[in-house]
Amino acid sequence: MWKKVLIAAPYLWLLLFFLAPFAIVLKISLAEPVFGQPPYSQAMSLDNFAFLFSDKLYAVTYLRSVFMAACATLLCLALGFPMAYGIARSSRATRSLLLMLIILPFWISFLLRVYAWMGLMNNYGTINSLLLWAGIIDQPIQLMYTDFAVFVGLVYSYLPFMILPLYASLERMDLDLVEAAQDLGASRSRAFWDVTWPLARPGVIAGCLLVFIPAIGEYVIPYLLGGPESLLIGRVLFDEFFVNRDWPLASAVAIVLLLLLVVPIVLLQRYQARDQESTA
Amino acid sequence: MKRQSRFIVSVLAFGYAFLYVPLALVVVYSFNDSRIATVWGGFSTRWYGELLRNEQILDAAFLSLRIALTSATIATIFGTMAGIALARFRRFKGRTLFSGMITSPMVMPEVITGLSLLLLFVSLQQLTGWPAQRGFGTITIAHTTFAMAYVAIIVQSRLMSMDESLEEAAMDLGGHPLRVMFDITLPLIAPAMIAGWLLAFTLSLDDLVIASFVSGPGSNTLPMYIFSKVKLGVSPDINALATLIILFVSSGVLLSWLVARRRT
Repeated sequence: MWKKVLIAAPYLWLLLFFLAPFAIVLKISLAEPVFGQPPYSQAMSLDNFAFLFSDKLYAVTYLRSVFMAACATLLCLALGFPMAYGIARSSRATRSLLLMLIILPFWISFLLRVYAWMGLMNNYGTINSLLLWAGIIDQPIQLMYTDFAVFVGLVYSYLPFMILPLYASLERMDLDLVEAAQDLGASRSRAFWDVTWPLARPGVIAGCLLVFIPAIGEYVIPYLLGGPESLLIGRVLFDEFFVNRDWPLASAVAIVLLLLLVVPIVLLQRYQARDQESTA
Repeated sequence: MKRQSRFIVSVLAFGYAFLYVPLALVVVYSFNDSRIATVWGGFSTRWYGELLRNEQILDAAFLSLRIALTSATIATIFGTMAGIALARFRRFKGRTLFSGMITSPMVMPEVITGLSLLLLFVSLQQLTGWPAQRGFGTITIAHTTFAMAYVAIIVQSRLMSMDESLEEAAMDLGGHPLRVMFDITLPLIAPAMIAGWLLAFTLSLDDLVIASFVSGPGSNTLPMYIFSKVKLGVSPDINALATLIILFVSSGVLLSWLVARRRT
């Protein structure tokens, strides 16, 4: 009896508030926008999807979102891997301090952390002031409202998501293996690519997915740091819904985004299930 | 312990500077007297005074706190149940769907979660008349839904790393399953539940996108208020607010880290 309650209560909650909403999004994505409350008809057609695929703007925006998220993921990996490696190799006491400092930003508002970069990057901001003062530039360079700023924001916000799983797999790794490889004559880069990298791969995959999936739909970072022309799909969905009040089209945008994310989300879940089993 | 290579040390230094310099600058600029937030005009605490007199911020903060307290508590209850179910019952009908629904909300883009929940609330309202208006209740439900996933994962991994024999022994000795749960299982997973509650509380305070979708007119959470302000650019009272949050959170995290380190 109590076992059933234990399972049923959270199960029903998730069915109602997580799964059912997707069915409704799917249904509304097939409707037509009308004036009124709620602003959609009961009709069923694939017009919204036909429109999404015929209008170049949407295809370009999806591709741009995937591209920006992929670049941000690679940048996070390039910075996060040596950091995770360094943390895993430091002494016990320093390691716990370094890890705490990676986790701490998680607890500080995401919005405020993105906001912090606005003061750094605007035309009269800290970076430009420093460069002007040092005489490196003689007029402010445009940092804010560029793709560069969006990349900085994405890497800054998602770096801890990359470092933590990387650290977890690097920390588990047996250091003697690398030394053995080197003793047997492998060069340092050979030892890295043949020993360290394959052992770290589960962490690399998990970290990349944890950055890539949320970055694709990111709304706040491109809105605050990106330029008006740097449209990303999260913002298109938001504007379609709130500005144009086209609920059916916004739903269709969401469904296509979801389809794009199905493969990475399933991959992540399989990885996590395997990881849970191996630690248990 | 081998010395770290110079490359690793410099990447670490760069990485930590990258993470912390922006936050440090916000703290410094919050004491800036100048209205133009990025030009230094002398030391002053005037923005803190303005912050405390700003009723819109205080109202928004109060609403956010109420939502965070409620949703974290419900999320901890349901999340713990889900975590126990996943860790202790290997096989039941619909387990795959269940574990999928537990992990998906964590990675689902916020715009999708927000949109889908709003459409659910609108449809429910048409069908049943509930929810009559959107605000505290709908935001709380939305936050509970994504936060319970985190609680469930934390509780589940704590239970997986724990021996089942204690519970089994108590059962063998004739303990009622509910009694075993309250006397043995819950005390053992209490630290995980506390960690989960804190995370759920923070995530709720942090959320902007989902709340923007499911809130109604007149109910602005703190992130919604902050966003509407910083859209227009850097603003000195937001610097002051950010400083308060940064200092509060950092001292909390630092303190719990010190306590945890002393214990081990």
